Amino acid sequence: MAGNADHAVDYAAGMLMAPTSLADWLIVAPSLITIIGGASLVMLRYQAKWHGYLACFYLAALVLVDALLLSRVMVEGPITMTMGRWLPPFGITLVVDALGGLMALIAAIVALAVCVYSLADISVTSTRFGFYPALLWMMTGITGSFLTGDIFNLYVWFEVMLISSFGLLIVDGERIQLDGAMKYAVLNLMATTLFLVTTGYLYGAVGSLNMADIALRLREMPEGAAPMGTIATLYLLAFSMKAAAFPVNFWLPASYHTPKIVVSAIFAGLLTKVGVYALIRTLVLVMPEGRDMLSDLIAWIAALTMIVGAIGALAQNDVRRTFGFLVVGGIGSSMVGVAVGTQDAITGAILYAVNSILVMTALYLAFGILMRKNGGKVNLADLGGGYRASSWLSILFLALVFAASGLPPFSGFWPKMVLVESSLKEGYGWLAFSVLISGFITTIAMGRVWAHAFWRGGPIGTQDGRDAAPLYTLSEIVRRRVFVPVMALVAMIVYIGVYPSPVFSVSQYGAATLLKPDQYFDAVFGPVRAQEKERAEAQAVEGHRLNEASENGAVQNSEGAH
Amino acid sequence: MQTLIFRTTAPFLAALMILFSIFVTLRGHNDPGGGFIGGLIAASAFMMYGIAAGVEYVRRALYFHPISVAAFGLVLSSGSGLLSMFEAQPFMTSQWTFPTIMGVEVAISTPMFFDIGVYLVVMGSLTSIALKLEEE
Repeated sequence: MAGNADHAVDYAAGMLMAPTSLADWLIVAPSLITIIGGASLVMLRYQAKWHGYLACFYLAALVLVDALLLSRVMVEGPITMTMGRWLPPFGITLVVDALGGLMALIAAIVALAVCVYSLADISVTSTRFGFYPALLWMMTGITGSFLTGDIFNLYVWFEVMLISSFGLLIVDGERIQLDGAMKYAVLNLMATTLFLVTTGYLYGAVGSLNMADIALRLREMPEGAAPMGTIATLYLLAFSMKAAAFPVNFWLPASYHTPKIVVSAIFAGLLTKVGVYALIRTLVLVMPEGRDMLSDLIAWIAALTMIVGAIGALAQNDVRRTFGFLVVGGIGSSMVGVAVGTQDAITGAILYAVNSILVMTALYLAFGILMRKNGGKVNLADLGGGYRASSWLSILFLALVFAASGLPPFSGFWPKMVLVESSLKEGYGWLAFSVLISGFITTIAMGRVWAHAFWRGGPIGTQDGRDAAPLYTLSEIVRRRVFVPVMALVAMIVYIGVYPSPVFSVSQYGAATLLKPDQYFDAVFGPVRAQEKERAEAQAVEGHRLNEASENGAVQNSEGAH
Repeated sequence: MQTLIFRTTAPFLAALMILFSIFVTLRGHNDPGGGFIGGLIAASAFMMYGIAAGVEYVRRALYFHPISVAAFGLVLSSGSGLLSMFEAQPFMTSQWTFPTIMGVEVAISTPMFFDIGVYLVVMGSLTSIALKLEEE
């Protein structure tokens, strides 16, 4: 594009000529807000007291932009923007469909809740260390992963997310945090490296990195032309590691209880779900053939993950580790949907991911309030007296217990019902049974936590709390900052539980786009096809005119046939 | 490092290296070079000056905290993609202008500002790490 060239350049051969409307800039706005927001906080490193408020402002803007994006997608179908005006599949294409838009919106809401909570929970030292920029940049990676339509770009966003999450994990630099961070870092670096290697393999086999292009090429290839089984299995392994599914789940409970509670909350809510999202995106949209081959394997992984998560939650004494195992169990439920693979099942998987994001974050935050009140005690034996200290907190927590176990009328109920129904319909009776049994064990595990922490009067060794030390009361401003986010999240959980149809219809639309992706392909390649057609017509007219000019046919027109 | 020769030559050498890093960055659009390698050269200039004279001299010479410089580079890089908004073109579409300054045609473009942003990010973050290590 060197402008001082003397010859005319045919831009239309490789670049999009149609103007981009300002509304399409919504697609890149989430990444820009978080990148520039994080950078502006680093530039204001000596004004640490403003960091929290500014970060909450940027995240509120992110929620707004994601909501606008999702509402546009629901009206117009998937929308795209290809970076630098290059025509897809050559430019990096960002694609927002209902699945990506919904996940991005829920992630932004959760991040905003965590940010408001952090105003009370993050010390000035941690702020100087760079807590809020790391939070914003992690959101860059997460929203980028949800909105990209390019598989290598997905890898890049994974890296952005990973690097910032390292920063969040060690924000206080304590010994135990470094220990947890090592386990987290090693496993996640292996997973992303495997992801990169597999992407290289896929590129070698198919010759494209654009997801829509790969999907189209794979559908046109004769069966057996590309090693789909190998590639799909490698992706399954890589994303299972990120999502903490059964044989590779051990790193999550070993590292999620070490950082600050706000960090645990956002990690538990978002990071594993990005793995599940990537799994759904690659296996269902890009290579359905690979998913069909692996469906029984995924079903086994899903069942074992659910059972291991539930039993692990029952076995723990540290409540934060209990929650870690709950995260693992939730991943299993989402994978049930991928294993069954019908439209209802995928809808259930998306719904469950949404539910799990909200519930896990809210659980960690609610428990964080209790930890502030009892001076940081986390073992079941030391807990007690929560109800007397704050009846509000114990009611909120009980709602979360029910939602995590999948009991009505909370958001956990509907996805489990859809998943059980669709697995029964497809002849996966044992899978439906393991959804139910894991829900049952989770109910016991969570009931145990609630009974120990809130219901009984005091810790072990006290006479029902009569001689126990009273719990702290929080100052007014702290109470507002920690309760408002938890209440907002619980309100959403109750709302989805009582009135599920809006979220349900978005998830259903997302699942439909994944299974019949014509709309998705049209969104990516529609402008290209229109432009190529226009160009061919223009050249045909040009060729015709040239032919007329040289009546004797001396001019060989090789261009016109394009 | 307390050697007279190194201490005396380091400022000149550092100035030369920074000049060279700017040259490498600007020629990077069409020739080997670019923001990343330029940033590395600039960072090594500051590291060397820090070893020769002491970290506080480098911090004073830089005026801004290196990590803030890196953050500014990030803003510059992502901001350079925004200009195409006014041309109704997608994000990161390059925009060019060719003003004639003192009889010479100068190519100014958004990729150049992107590269300068990369230069600042690499220079700032590496200098920040190196100065911290030299202080220990």
